[in-house]
Amino acid sequence: MRISLFITCYNDTLFPGTGKSVVSLLERLGHEVDFPLEQTCCGQMHFNTGYRREAYPLAKRFVSIFREAEVVCIPSSSCVAMLRDYYPQLANENHDQALAREIETLLPRIFEFTELLTDYLKIEDVGAHFAHRVTYHASCHGLRSLHLGDKPLRLLKKVGGIELVELDKLETCCGFGGTFAVKNAEVSTAMLADKTRAILNTRAEVCTACDNSCLMHIQGMLHREYAPVRTAHIAEILACEADR
Amino acid sequence: MSRESVLGRVRSALSQNEIGTAPSDQPRAYRHIGLLTVEQRLQLFENRLHEYGARVFHAREQEIEQEISEVLLGGGKTKLVHPAGIPASWLSDSVAWSVDKNLPFADLERFDGVLTGATAAVAESGSIVLQHGPREGRRALTLLPDYHLCVVYESQVIETLPECFERLLKSPALPTTFISGPSATADIEMTRIKGVHGPRFLDVVLVPL
Amino acid sequence: MSLVTLDPRKAAPFPVAAAELLRDTQLRKNVAHATDVIQRKRAALVAEKQDWQALRDAGAAIRAEALRHLDTYLEQFERRCTSAGGVVHWAADTEEAQRIIVGLVREAQATEVIKIKSMTTAEIDLNRVLEANGIRAYETDLAELILQLGNDQPSHIVVPALHKNRQQVRELFAREMHLPNLPDDPPALAEAARLYLRDKFLKVRTAICGANFLVAETGSVCIVESEGNGRMCLTLPDTLIAVAGIEKVIPKYSDLEVLLQTLPRSATGERMNPYNSIWTGVTPGDGPQRFHVVLLDNRRSDLLAKEMSRQTLRCIRCGACQNACPVYRQTGGHAYGSVYAGPIGAILTPQLYHMEHAQSLPYASSLCGACYEVCPVKINIPEVLVYLRAQVVDQDRRKLSSVFSQERIGMKMMARIFLSRERFETAQRLARAAQKPLAGKSGWIHWLPGYAGRWTAARDLQSLPQQSFREWWQTRSRRTNNAKAGQ
Repeated sequence: MRISLFITCYNDTLFPGTGKSVVSLLERLGHEVDFPLEQTCCGQMHFNTGYRREAYPLAKRFVSIFREAEVVCIPSSSCVAMLRDYYPQLANENHDQALAREIETLLPRIFEFTELLTDYLKIEDVGAHFAHRVTYHASCHGLRSLHLGDKPLRLLKKVGGIELVELDKLETCCGFGGTFAVKNAEVSTAMLADKTRAILNTRAEVCTACDNSCLMHIQGMLHREYAPVRTAHIAEILACEADR
Repeated sequence: MSRESVLGRVRSALSQNEIGTAPSDQPRAYRHIGLLTVEQRLQLFENRLHEYGARVFHAREQEIEQEISEVLLGGGKTKLVHPAGIPASWLSDSVAWSVDKNLPFADLERFDGVLTGATAAVAESGSIVLQHGPREGRRALTLLPDYHLCVVYESQVIETLPECFERLLKSPALPTTFISGPSATADIEMTRIKGVHGPRFLDVVLVPL
Repeated sequence: MSLVTLDPRKAAPFPVAAAELLRDTQLRKNVAHATDVIQRKRAALVAEKQDWQALRDAGAAIRAEALRHLDTYLEQFERRCTSAGGVVHWAADTEEAQRIIVGLVREAQATEVIKIKSMTTAEIDLNRVLEANGIRAYETDLAELILQLGNDQPSHIVVPALHKNRQQVRELFAREMHLPNLPDDPPALAEAARLYLRDKFLKVRTAICGANFLVAETGSVCIVESEGNGRMCLTLPDTLIAVAGIEKVIPKYSDLEVLLQTLPRSATGERMNPYNSIWTGVTPGDGPQRFHVVLLDNRRSDLLAKEMSRQTLRCIRCGACQNACPVYRQTGGHAYGSVYAGPIGAILTPQLYHMEHAQSLPYASSLCGACYEVCPVKINIPEVLVYLRAQVVDQDRRKLSSVFSQERIGMKMMARIFLSRERFETAQRLARAAQKPLAGKSGWIHWLPGYAGRWTAARDLQSLPQQSFREWWQTRSRRTNNAKAGQ
């Protein structure tokens, strides 16, 4: 199967390791990965901050790049939520019926990374091995917009050697929220402090999620406080194999 | 008066294709009819009342008088008020009964309690519904005394709220009070505590028909 | 505490007020405790209700239908209420509502009124206006009594004094009710309130209430409460004045079978609250013989025009979004500078008041979606928040200079970068070069200048790695192609 990868702007720039892991895992599973180099950003930051006018051409650009794709994999739940929840609105409010139609036909082919594995490729055991104590943080968009439910956990449970520990208050936001983290830095930090305390209570070595934006936020405070926990996108765990 | 200007603003805000259109049907996929057996339904009602801190007693029709007097005297209550429609056969001589003939509010307060019937009861939420008919009295009557003893026939107990509203629809204009347990508040630290202004004590006598 | 202002025109911007409140550890503890308790109770009751989603769908549809034909339903309510002996008044704005109500109280020759907790009367600042007109208002809801005696402001729609714990309430009651030996257990505090208000209930002949629902089909009013103070006010006085927003109307009597299932479960985590009262106009021999309903617009009609805004008016004031909101749970309600706090406040306040007075509220959310998930009438609050953010930005675009301009330049620049692959790749390289003085040897940034410094105040930032994903991909492709060519 030929899978087109939309890596997202911030993964591309800040977290190339996540992209490499996605590629390595999908290839290991026998698929061909395509990375259209024209891709940049889905427009989520602009849209969510109120810059809809700027988000609209970015949405058009995304659609024009991926319109021919057989299936699109996106390792970021919030970007997928942007596409599903707000692209149709952007097309409608700009009276762009052509775009609205293209979005309608494209959306069923868009998958968040763990969705792609469990729902489209119908696989839970990806043959990974990761002998560490891990806790899973459910990103808000994954939880409430994509309704990922236990899909990521089902994948993690099949990882060899892994020790999964449940995170208390799983459904509570880490306080990132894009520009919220700077516009309301004090509240954001207070929310983050609750989240990092819950993570530390699990005594996990690694905190994972389907969204590097939450993890960047979480890691930001853990690192500031010299906490012995690192963060890793779920793709990076699923790509790991046992040493041979 | 701003009647016309408010309605005018509303109309100009509504889109042209909404004005004058017929009301649309709403999705009603929720549960209307109860699924429990009669025994389960009555048990559920009783459990809910217990959870609210109300007491539940049982009596057959011919035992109502005796049950009422036992419940009352057991709690040291001797001076009760009741609405005019309460059957004389419920009223034992061992209790001093007064009928509410538009008594002043200050007098209502001084009774040990009030005895009434009910219009309906909802098992799922443990609610007693009064439409303030002859056996239930005016609204103040079941409000001012600190104790409410309510006789509910088992046939009046229905399982769900939609079933209850179907019954109430026959007389929707009557003043209607849903009572779900004694008066309570959770305003301090979200701890539900019994009894603020309404009757702090509620007893129910369930009667099979 | 009297420093708290809930007038959006005077209140500090959300981030400023929030930062201040975050320092009040007692308040944060109280808010966290109370919201935790309600959330737990609500979750358990929702879980046992297998038709919960169907009830939400029905609730949303009922409220949407009421708004779609609002003019029809308001007129129908007016007709039915009037023919049952009630008098309906229409108020276009706060001032008119205040004038009507003061007039009605004067007509009843009253100098005192008893009140049931009502968000709408808080919205129109009624108590202050009554006071100014020589009319003493007694709040009878326990939480409202706590606020009134403490000269404090509501911080939650359903549990307005949730920011106070039992010791704080005890101190207040002991002082204000002259009960030096009052213990601090909630039953004793409730008993003190009972005794304090009993005399008012029996003597004051005029009452003011809000309304949870107005039923168009029958002209009935429904009020949902717990303590019995509501029933006292609705039953004992001679004159009753109900104040309700025009959006409070519902089409049919049987619509209550849905909303009375979702409201108590969402609001207080109960299968049913202790008392619901439903009455229609005047009943001879039972309850107030003079009954008035004041229908308040106060910009609600403006919200009807756009579908996006209109959903805001579906709100049934259950407060579930507040309890679920991780932002509200940190700050409590006062940070929102409005009687309507939390997520619903963040969308309602900017729309009910002029947008320019509430620029910070649509941003007072991490868009986590917990509010939408719990809303019993399915208001997509995150969607409305981002829609309002766009309005704030569009307003800002029209100004030459503003606090947002730095952000605006940045956003426009980013958008330009994202519109071209070449510009994006150049920006990635430039950012890597620019971070050099900031990133330590560890590869972490501990300090950023200006606006971005708000991130590094409490958080580190991982510096950009030496190779972007696309650079890796291109190198890899070249290698693979060369390997293929070499074969």
